[in-house]
Amino acid sequence: MHRLLENRNFLGFAFMLPAGVLLLLFLTYPLGLGTWLGFTDAKVGRSGEWIGLDNYIYLWGDAVARLSVFNTFFYTVVASVIKFALGLWLAILLNQNIPIKSFVRAAVLLPFIVPTALSAIAFWWIYDAQFSIISWTLVKLGWIDTYIDFLGQPWAARLSTIAANIWRGVPFVAICLLAGLQTISPSLYEAASIDGATPSQQFWYVTLPLLTPIIAVVMTFSVLFTFTDFQLIYVLTRGGPLNATHLMATLSFQRAISGGGLGEGAALATAMIPFLLAAILFSYFGLQRRAWQQGGGDK
Amino acid sequence: MAAVTLKGVFKSFGSTRVVHGVDIRIEDGEFCVLVGPSGCGKSTLLRMIAGLEEISGGEIEIGGRVVNKVPPKERDIAMVFQNYALYPHMTVFDNMAFSMKLAGESREKMRQRVEVAANILGLIEYLDRYPRQLSGGQRQRVAMGRAIVRDPQVFLFDEPLSNLDAKLRVQMRTEIKELHQRLTTTSIYVTHDQIEAMTMADKIVVMNDGKTEQIGTPLELYDNPANLFVAGFIGSPAMNFLNGKLIRSEAGMQVQMVDGLMLPAPTSAEQEGREVVVGVRPEHLLVRSDGVHAEVVVVEPTGADTQIFCKVGGTDVIAVVRERHQFKPGEAIRLYPELTFLFDPASGKRL
Repeated sequence: MHRLLENRNFLGFAFMLPAGVLLLLFLTYPLGLGTWLGFTDAKVGRSGEWIGLDNYIYLWGDAVARLSVFNTFFYTVVASVIKFALGLWLAILLNQNIPIKSFVRAAVLLPFIVPTALSAIAFWWIYDAQFSIISWTLVKLGWIDTYIDFLGQPWAARLSTIAANIWRGVPFVAICLLAGLQTISPSLYEAASIDGATPSQQFWYVTLPLLTPIIAVVMTFSVLFTFTDFQLIYVLTRGGPLNATHLMATLSFQRAISGGGLGEGAALATAMIPFLLAAILFSYFGLQRRAWQQGGGDK
Repeated sequence: MAAVTLKGVFKSFGSTRVVHGVDIRIEDGEFCVLVGPSGCGKSTLLRMIAGLEEISGGEIEIGGRVVNKVPPKERDIAMVFQNYALYPHMTVFDNMAFSMKLAGESREKMRQRVEVAANILGLIEYLDRYPRQLSGGQRQRVAMGRAIVRDPQVFLFDEPLSNLDAKLRVQMRTEIKELHQRLTTTSIYVTHDQIEAMTMADKIVVMNDGKTEQIGTPLELYDNPANLFVAGFIGSPAMNFLNGKLIRSEAGMQVQMVDGLMLPAPTSAEQEGREVVVGVRPEHLLVRSDGVHAEVVVVEPTGADTQIFCKVGGTDVIAVVRERHQFKPGEAIRLYPELTFLFDPASGKRL
């Protein structure tokens, strides 16, 4: 027993065991179960039979499911691009010497700290057809005559949910990129300014390349979060109007839990996995593995 | 190439003044070293010359042109930073060619000039590597290469050797000096290491507390320090300071040491009775039977010479002798100061 406790391999295994069990129980098992269910015709109250790819074939032919795939991509691409641009801009702004810097930095994080369901409810009010503060302001300013129906029209609803997602996601991007900016040595900018670089050239030739590793990580996370977003949509629109804002995650939930079609919902959820893997691989191979980060010894 | 002139330059950060009215003239082609303890303002001064720090007052001229309001890139200077400031995402070639790339030079010209600099510095086979794949000394060379490629009026070095190990530091010291002899570009070099200053400089500016203490050639500073600070800072091991008193005797003015030893003092008669600080360099202390009483504490033979750490009337004193003595700790010996410098204890000024 005593010798066993001295053994590095045994100790390593022993210390990893609790985490391993947790992962198996709460991550691997549900994931496996979900994938399995996708290949069955399980319904609520009935364990399913193996039906192969039938669910996927059915979903491929289903207009709503296809719309949800389009919505998910539209939502992810537009929100991520804007989150990146806004986040980078905010990070650069916060990296300057501005008064009450730490307070502003803390304030920027606020949308990220507030529970999503709560901020979604706030946006629900902001987007309300009768009580919207945005419509009210615009009307008072005399810019529009009638209240905007933010969540009632397909494209308005899509853009409104994207705006809410951006509001919630920007702080994460901004704070991570700010951390990245602060790792760039100020002497590089000094060297660049002596070398004759204008501020925009310094950004292009120094800041951006040095930030790519962090951009890759942050944007991978951001894309994953956005792609799998559920709460915001579910609170704001429940996928409506006319399924215009249904993402794969919300539609999967609706089909599986509300609709009782466990197999079908699980198949839709499983269909998200290849896209997510592709995003991860793209960031890993495309952005993170740059030769200059790899070092490769001193000689 | 150009001369650099500083006229009454000062710098304040908020209400704290860190550089107090510095006047220096650095001739065309000169290698000037700014040396002083950390926090003495030498780096700030260099950064003001580079244009990285604003000048709070006074004038800086490069090649006869006042550059107070000129941005760094138009000052025609190149700077080597303490941490090298190499762009980690660029190869050695791109690092060295970056300024030309920004200036829109042709690829042909870039290759040509980078190759010239790389040949001088022995970097030709490393042009495709990234900074991370280089050793400290090679990175240092790339940083210099980046400066050389620009062919500037003035080179600025900000403690460029302090991140290198001792052996490499000595080697690079020689390389930089050789490089300067070859290119003869006006160079301003900041360091806290007085040996670097002594070995490399044509002109040394000793700084302390944001002021220049003395400006001169290395040997001028060594042979003729203007005050206690310069005397203690230049030379290694540092100069010994003992207390003494000036008295007049039939042999003229003399300084009386702690234990009564009298030494000739080249001062005027009015100074009689005054307390002074007697500075003696370690190599000017001779083991001789007519010297001051000293007690040996530690003996460190280095081969070529021997450093004897001893106590003279409660003061720590180092003597460097070339003869080989077999002293034991605690042994009483006598040290004779062959050459002395007298300083006013209050102002630190040389008498």
